[in-house]
Amino acid sequence: MSGLILTRRWRLRARSSARDLRPWYRNESLVPGLAIIAVMVLLALLAPVLTPYDPIKQHLDQTLQGPSSAHWLGTDKLGRDVLARLLYGARVDLRVGFLAVLIPFAGGSVLGAIAGYFGGWLDIIIMRIVDVFYAFPLYVLVIALVFVLGSGESSIYLAIALVSWVSYCKIVRGEVIVARRQEYVQAARLGGLGNLRVLGRHVGPNVISQAITYAMSDIILDIMVIVTLGYLGLGITPPTPEWGSMIADAQEFITTLWWMAVLPGVAVVITGIGLSLTADGLTDLLSPERRR
Amino acid sequence: MAVAVPETAEPLLSVQHLSIGLPRRDGSWALLVRDISFDVHAGVRYGLVGESGSGKSMTLKAIAGLLPRGVAVMEGEAWFEGEDLLTMPAHRRRRIMGPRMAMIFQEPMTALNPTMRVGKQIAEGPRRHLGLSKQAADELAIEMIRRTGIPDPARRARAYPHELSGGLRQRVMIAMALSCKPALVLCDEPTTALDVTVQDQVLRLLAQLCEEMGSALTFVTHDLAVISQTCSRLSVMYAGRIMEKGGVREVYRAPRHPYTEALFQSAPDFDEPHRDLVPIPGLPPSLTNPPPGCPFAPRCRYAVEACNAGPKPLTRVREGHLSACDRVGQIFGGDS
Repeated sequence: MSGLILTRRWRLRARSSARDLRPWYRNESLVPGLAIIAVMVLLALLAPVLTPYDPIKQHLDQTLQGPSSAHWLGTDKLGRDVLARLLYGARVDLRVGFLAVLIPFAGGSVLGAIAGYFGGWLDIIIMRIVDVFYAFPLYVLVIALVFVLGSGESSIYLAIALVSWVSYCKIVRGEVIVARRQEYVQAARLGGLGNLRVLGRHVGPNVISQAITYAMSDIILDIMVIVTLGYLGLGITPPTPEWGSMIADAQEFITTLWWMAVLPGVAVVITGIGLSLTADGLTDLLSPERRR
Repeated sequence: MAVAVPETAEPLLSVQHLSIGLPRRDGSWALLVRDISFDVHAGVRYGLVGESGSGKSMTLKAIAGLLPRGVAVMEGEAWFEGEDLLTMPAHRRRRIMGPRMAMIFQEPMTALNPTMRVGKQIAEGPRRHLGLSKQAADELAIEMIRRTGIPDPARRARAYPHELSGGLRQRVMIAMALSCKPALVLCDEPTTALDVTVQDQVLRLLAQLCEEMGSALTFVTHDLAVISQTCSRLSVMYAGRIMEKGGVREVYRAPRHPYTEALFQSAPDFDEPHRDLVPIPGLPPSLTNPPPGCPFAPRCRYAVEACNAGPKPLTRVREGHLSACDRVGQIFGGDS
């Protein structure tokens, strides 16, 4: 509660000055956000150093152990070390989350910029396609696509790319329509510059910050999708450690070995908080008045 | 050799019978500009003056190809170096804009790209249109900044727009517009957003640079004082029509249209600080249903019955001085 009020007061101070000149490392959302993500990434990268166990190899003689000095978080029903699966799982979830965002970010932004800048029938066609995708709930569409494409990492990328470009398209189109009316864009066009140059140099840099900010929260969404798919048994194929499938596998022991299900969930939440804070900090940092 | 450009020479920009319309919901058109014609000769600084809604900005926007969506040219031509600007395809226009014709915007706060160093913004045009190398264009940009009287141009070229004051930004805009030595510069009230003191400096600079580069200027403003500072010829617009047209000095000394006279009487004058200001009664006429005769007749103190009937074409009162008032002789005496 007090934390919330404090943040809000900081926020007010930050917004009240027309130009926030604090360097990025003084930003009160960006720094903790980046720190959390950095820790998560480090833990994932250093997994082989941090734990001696293999996350996949089964030890059927040591199943369902409680925490001990050998297995800090115990073992699952196939005798695999839970901590090791958690750490190696971070590799999969973070990698897929970050990578899955790139194609829709680029593709959606380009299509949105074209629709917003040129308008007319191009705009109509692109936006009607967007409407079709928007008509379905995200999870329903992704699950259906993965079901059709078959489980596995590449079909997750493809499904997410096919579904989430529409958000970038909408965001960038809206921003471009506003930017197109700006006098500096008119001035650039009037200076006889080509459409590509005007879009790339005058419109683009002034609209892309919104899409970048959204991409941060989209990573959370993608990780949620992966975890959900894993939970439903549609995602990453089984022996590979992944938070969603860990939760699904552990739920039958929720009354006794509860940490097995809870800890992967906590990992998702912490990653989400880190990405949210980063997104928030980027919004402040990338607002046009604040630029350099 | 010839210092004064004779009126018979081919004009640089020739606007002929231009009408601009805005569609209304019932299918009819509101005419924002009605059948106006004027010529801008090479090197001449030409002013279009009028109150808001007189159509002066729309005229300029039509020439620049910047008419807002929905607003359309109904009739007329705008000849520029042998081509009609109004029917020109976009790619042809792109080749002209910059090296032959440039525009300076009203708001220096919004007309510069906030994410680009001003030197780069100035250099963009010359790089594309004059085929300069990156380095040569950057040098030209610094040279242009220096010519606009900004101290320490090399350092200023690396500044972002938000680091500059309004006056400096407007100078950067001028530098940008003139960087390719255009034959014609279009200005839409370029100094209204500035302090009066800065305004004066910027206007002088603009006039001086155009003089140096031999560029003609078409200048739109509501401020008669601004016109007198920068321009040599002007057209006074009212309700989408040209009411009076002539040399700035002649029109200021002896206006030959009641509207121009009323404009002068309603504006303060430093030479006669104690003169009472006379407001113009009433409001400009509706553009959808304009009065059949002289559009100014309902507000004109000299108006008689005949003013409300028949078209009022521009007629010559003196060499190079035209008025749309057909009672010039009775009102101002026949000195022509």
